[in-house]
Amino acid sequence: MTAKTITLSVSRYDPERDEKPSLQSYEVPYRDDMVVLDALNWIKAHADGSVNFRWSCRMGICGSCGMNVNGEPKLGCSAFLRDYLPGPVVVEPLNNFPVLRDLIIDMDSFMEKLRWVKPWIIRQETALGGGENRQTTAQIDQFRQFSMCINCMLCYSACPVIAIEPEFVGPAAIALARRYDLDSRDQAGQERLRTLTGNDAIWDCSFIGECSAVCPKDVDPAKAIQQTKFESTMGMLLPWGGKK
Amino acid sequence: MVDIPAYDVLIVGGGLAGLRAAIAAVSIDPTASVALVSKVYPMRSHTVSAEGGAAAVLREPDSFESHAFDTVKGSDYLADQDVVDVFVREAPLEIIQMEHWGCPWSREPDGTISVRPFGGMTTWRTVFAADKSGFHMLHTIFQTSLQYPQIQRRDEFFVTSLIVEDGRCQGVIGFDMRSGVVEPIAARSVILATGGNGRIFAFTTNGSICTGDGMALAYRAGIGLKDMEFVQFHPTGMPSTGILITEAVRGEGGYLFNAEGERFCGRYVPTKMELGPRDIISRAMVTEFEAGRGFSGIYGNYMHLDVRHLGEEVIDRKLPFMRELGLEYMGIDIVKDPIPVRPVEHYMMGGVDADINGATPMPGLYAAGECANVGFNGANRLGSNSLPECLVFGAAAGRAAVRHAREQPAPTANPIAGMVRDEERRIHQTYLDRTAGHDRIGVIREDLQRAMDGNVGVFRTEEGLREMADALPVLRERLDRARIDDHSRAFNTELVQALELECMLDCADTMVASALARQESRGAHARRDFPERDDERYLAHTLAHRRPGDAPRLEYRPVRIVGFQPQARTY
Repeated sequence: MTAKTITLSVSRYDPERDEKPSLQSYEVPYRDDMVVLDALNWIKAHADGSVNFRWSCRMGICGSCGMNVNGEPKLGCSAFLRDYLPGPVVVEPLNNFPVLRDLIIDMDSFMEKLRWVKPWIIRQETALGGGENRQTTAQIDQFRQFSMCINCMLCYSACPVIAIEPEFVGPAAIALARRYDLDSRDQAGQERLRTLTGNDAIWDCSFIGECSAVCPKDVDPAKAIQQTKFESTMGMLLPWGGKK
Repeated sequence: MVDIPAYDVLIVGGGLAGLRAAIAAVSIDPTASVALVSKVYPMRSHTVSAEGGAAAVLREPDSFESHAFDTVKGSDYLADQDVVDVFVREAPLEIIQMEHWGCPWSREPDGTISVRPFGGMTTWRTVFAADKSGFHMLHTIFQTSLQYPQIQRRDEFFVTSLIVEDGRCQGVIGFDMRSGVVEPIAARSVILATGGNGRIFAFTTNGSICTGDGMALAYRAGIGLKDMEFVQFHPTGMPSTGILITEAVRGEGGYLFNAEGERFCGRYVPTKMELGPRDIISRAMVTEFEAGRGFSGIYGNYMHLDVRHLGEEVIDRKLPFMRELGLEYMGIDIVKDPIPVRPVEHYMMGGVDADINGATPMPGLYAAGECANVGFNGANRLGSNSLPECLVFGAAAGRAAVRHAREQPAPTANPIAGMVRDEERRIHQTYLDRTAGHDRIGVIREDLQRAMDGNVGVFRTEEGLREMADALPVLRERLDRARIDDHSRAFNTELVQALELECMLDCADTMVASALARQESRGAHARRDFPERDDERYLAHTLAHRRPGDAPRLEYRPVRIVGFQPQARTY
């Protein structure tokens, strides 16, 4: 009896040698509990050390291993091979980012967008000796889901707006802005809202909702964008503004 | 001599300790320039995987003395008690600081921060953000750090050596992983905050990036690695992958059952049951396996961790990630099914020899977090003490490093240029230009990991440790003759893995030599051939110093005992 295998077709690109990416196939031993990341690690250790990809925690929390699996953005560590039988499984880098090598994208643009939305508590500083701010579970529930973003970039890969307007601040960054705007400890007032209603921000979103559909952590960035649009509109219509 | 641009403080590693150090440095000196260098984007750092929480004395009736005593007893009396004393006093302020920065700590009905019980702690003092505490802490502190323009990041920069000149550390040499270009980053102070080295083992909770880089950098620069024989095995890893099932599962009331349906902890730690310290529970599990009372599966023996009696509401509120992980990776719903678990490598108590301020014996070089050993964890770390450790001693290192930087002249260019050329040549000759070779890096790494699992695990013997000591030089020779498939410079992760494997082998040398020499059982270091603790000979820290081409030179430094005299460690 021969051991069961599955074929992985992996996108290969080396900027020092290749004009454009091409697919390379590898035959990988198959087990029912293997994920795409396991298959890539097997290839790197046993078949071809030159295949490059990012990964670390292999438990869906570090956000490193976003990649396209059969055309859909997935975390490699939670895409089970058994869901792609009999193969081949096509593994490519995420869309809408420059590719540095093989499956590795350049996400520096996101890091700048993240800083741009001021993802930190804006508040008059108080002494630590005064203890914690009180916050109820109900208040945390207001922003909880938006705090679950692991920055894996799946939503940017799925976003049709980013595809045509790379400057669009994008789903994850807006969700994180919302996470702080909804935090009872935050006193930013209109500060983030002004940023988000300017160029390259919420009004660029055409509300396709792909971002929320692909999120591996059940964050709903589309909702964050809608809420921000609503608040901004209320702010324009009402003399006292829409913000808390 | 030409001065070159230099940062005041350069931090290697962007996890909780590194980020805390960076913010501390610019907080006490807003004019300070700080470089935060990491081989990953900071939010990928392994802090992200911490689950259960962070221990701190927040309110009555808890007391500093109680937290200190639990920590010292948990350490099997190998913790330096002056360090523990400072830690327990500062940890609460750091927890409040994280709260002010926006960490979504779980709350009581009155809005105050909740606490939960944890192993080896006599009272409820572990604060938490559900069961993603490390994730929330890391993202909170990373996002907070973005408001400081003085903190300049170099993401995905791999450090290969320290710049040491005139006996002091003046920066690092490494390469930008995108371009592969080797370059120096000069600084008046350097802080190592590179995390642990769990990937030396095959079965570990640690992410792939935990390869002991900072420990190896310091070791090669002549700094001793302290207490490297003390490796924590967490009792509850997922049998297949080693993914961590948090101790908070037991903190919230989960039971551990053997295959006979017995809560076996009662025979080992009767007063604590499932909330005994990790070293003791892991040994209890292995002992039960050996007595034939474990379950058997394709990944070996395991036990059942059962939370079904807690009910869906508590599980979803307190342990939602555990439910998610069970569904995703084991196909079980922990609301309805017991969780299979077995002991798994989790944490390195040992690390770079550093004092209470993170200062190493080398001027200008500091260390914090898991890569450091400030004398805090001793022979066994208590669960939920490592997140606050990163905060307290990260901040201390940041402050000390910036103070040191103020008194230092700028580094000079000439020797550094030569060092960069040497490092460039070493990387090319050793790896990139190599055309013939035998084993792939991944195969050598797997052999190291399996051998460490077999010989340096929960229980150790002279025989197994000697076997490992003999295996290490062979693995190193195989690395010297390894086959290199990737000769490109752009994002060459095979090169990174080869350099990481060098670091892992350096760490393993110290772990094995230190474990062989410690002929006693203390905390996580359990010798079958020396089952008793021996305070006469070994109430002391091990320091392993590098001797190129030879086993490390060992020396011992007495433990600092302030108030708690060593006594039998029973629970």
